[in-house]
Amino acid sequence: MRYLPHTKEDIQSMLEVTGHKTLENLFDSIPQDLKSKNGINIPEAISEWDLNAHMEHLASDNIACRDYKCFIGAGSYDHYIPAIVPYLISRSEFMTAYTPYQPEISQGTLQGIYEFQTMVTHLLGMDIATASHYDGGTALAEAALISLRTHKTANTVAVSRLTHPSHRQIVDTYLRPTQFKVIEIPCTEDGITDLKALEAMEDLAGICVQSPNFLGNIEDLEKVRQIATDKKAMMVASFTEAMAYGLLKNPGSLGADIVAGEGQSLGISKSFGGPGLGLLAGTKKQMRNLPGRLIGKTTDVKGRPGYVLTLATREQHIRREKASSNICSNNGLCAMTAGIYMATVGKIGMRKIAQLNHNKAIYLKKTLIESGLTPAFDVPFFNEFVMKVPEGFDQMRRNLIEEQCIFAGLDLEPYYPELKGHYLFCATETVSKEDIDYLAKEVQS
Amino acid sequence: MKELNDLNLPEDVRYTEDHEWTKASGDHVIVGISDYAQDQLGEIVFVELPEVGDSFSQGDEFGSVESVKAVSEIYLPISGEIAEINESLEDAPELVNESCYEKGWLVKIKPSDASQMDNLMDKTAYLDMLKG
Repeated sequence: MRYLPHTKEDIQSMLEVTGHKTLENLFDSIPQDLKSKNGINIPEAISEWDLNAHMEHLASDNIACRDYKCFIGAGSYDHYIPAIVPYLISRSEFMTAYTPYQPEISQGTLQGIYEFQTMVTHLLGMDIATASHYDGGTALAEAALISLRTHKTANTVAVSRLTHPSHRQIVDTYLRPTQFKVIEIPCTEDGITDLKALEAMEDLAGICVQSPNFLGNIEDLEKVRQIATDKKAMMVASFTEAMAYGLLKNPGSLGADIVAGEGQSLGISKSFGGPGLGLLAGTKKQMRNLPGRLIGKTTDVKGRPGYVLTLATREQHIRREKASSNICSNNGLCAMTAGIYMATVGKIGMRKIAQLNHNKAIYLKKTLIESGLTPAFDVPFFNEFVMKVPEGFDQMRRNLIEEQCIFAGLDLEPYYPELKGHYLFCATETVSKEDIDYLAKEVQS
Repeated sequence: MKELNDLNLPEDVRYTEDHEWTKASGDHVIVGISDYAQDQLGEIVFVELPEVGDSFSQGDEFGSVESVKAVSEIYLPISGEIAEINESLEDAPELVNESCYEKGWLVKIKPSDASQMDNLMDKTAYLDMLKG
C-alpha cells in the first residue's frame, strides 16, 4: 500500500469542494471534549537519512541468528534457504499474504498453492492438505476441533505433555471458553509420551501426539494408532520440525487421521519467531471437515488445465453458521515459500538435508558427552536431544552468547520444572563440524 | 428449470414442505429429495449423509446436498434410526439429479412411529403448495 500525503494545495482544493474554511472546520461535528487539546505527542519529523540511522541503531540491539551459531531448535529451526526462494517469492505476482479474493484470476498463485498442497501430502503421507494456516499451533488447535466435531459423544481431547508448550497453550486458548475439555497425557522418564497413561483415559474424541516431540525424541506413533483405534478416537500427529519427515516414516504411513504442524523449516526464515506456516493434512474422509481452503486442478471449456478454489472457505462465503473455523485467513506467502523450497530441493534433496541434520546431531551429542555433559534419554531422535549439564553451565552459556556469538542449547526448566539442569540441543545442516568442535572445547573448559 | 406441471411427482410417495419425499418399503422407509428440489439445486456435486445407526426426530437436519449453485440442508420426514445410506452417491452424486426417486435415494430409516407418514403431503397437496 502506498502512503501519499496530501499537500497544502490538495487540502485546500478539497475544502473548497466540501465547503469548509479550514481543516479544523471539517471536524466541527466532533464534540470539543473528545478532541485532544495538546495534539499528538510525537517527535518532530526527521530526514530520511536521520531516520535510517535511527532505525539501524534500534536494529543493532537485535540478536539475529544469522550472526550467531545456533544450537537451539525447539520449534524454530535454522535451515539454509537457497537464494532462489526469496528471489521468487519477492516477485510482485506472488508478494501477497492472501489467496486473492477473486481467486481464479490469479492462476499463478493458485498453481503455486496447488503444488504446495501436493508436496505437503507427499511429505506427510496424507490424502489431502489445506492451503495453510497461521502456524503449527493454530493448525493443531483446528485438528483438535475436527476430532471434537466428528465424534458423536466425547468432548475431550488428550494432548501429550511433550507437545510444544506454545502449541499446547494455543489449543488451550481455543478450547477453554467452550464446552470442550483438554487433558494432558503425561510423559515417562524416558522422555516420551506415557502411552500406558493414555490407555487408561476414557471418552476421547482426539489424541494429539507430537513426533519428534519437544524433547527431540521420536514417539511410537504405531502404538498411538492402535490406542486411538481401540478408543474410537481420532489420531492427530503433530510436529514442529517438518524436515524430520525427509528421513522418518511419515505420520500418514503410520495411520494418522490428521496431521498438523509447523512448516517454518521449509524455506521460511526464523524472523524472531514468526510468521510461521501452519500445515494441516487429513485423509480423504476428513475432506469436508477441514477448515480453510483447498485449491484444485480442472480443465476449462477448451480442455486446457486451470486452477480453482475447489473448497472455498465456508467461514468467508456462504453458510457461515456451518463454518468449520472462525479464521478465514491463511499464510499464502509462507505457503508459496514452502512450495518453492520443496520444489527446489526436491524429494532426494530433502532426504539428504534430513540425513545431514541427523548426522550432525549425532556428532554434536557425541562431542558434548566427551565434554562432560550427560545424555538425558536413550531414545531415537532426529536433530534435537536433551543433555543434563553440570553446575555453572548456565553462566558459561550466557558468556558464550555475549562473547562468542554461540547459543548453546535451551534451558528446559521454564517449560518442564522437573527437567531442571537439562538443556535441549539442536544441530541442523547450517552448523559445521568446526562449529561443533569449537562449542565442545568451550563447554569442556 | 422445469415448469411446475412438468415435474415428475409420483403418486406413491409422501412429500414434506422442505422438498424431501418418503415411501414405505417393508419395515423401512426410503427418503430422498423431490424432482422439484433437484431441479432447483442444479448439478449436484456432493451429498453429505449421516452414519448408519444415527437417530433423528422428525424434522431434524440429517445431512446436506451441495450443488454447483448452493448447499442445502436436508431434513428427516419422520423420526427414526438410519438403517442404510445410499453409498453409491459418494462417487456418483449426480444420481440424485438423474433419478431422484430410484437410484438417487438418500437414506433408509427404521421409523420409530410410522404413523407420522400421515401428516406428510400427497402429490396433490405438494403440487398445490409449490403453486402457492
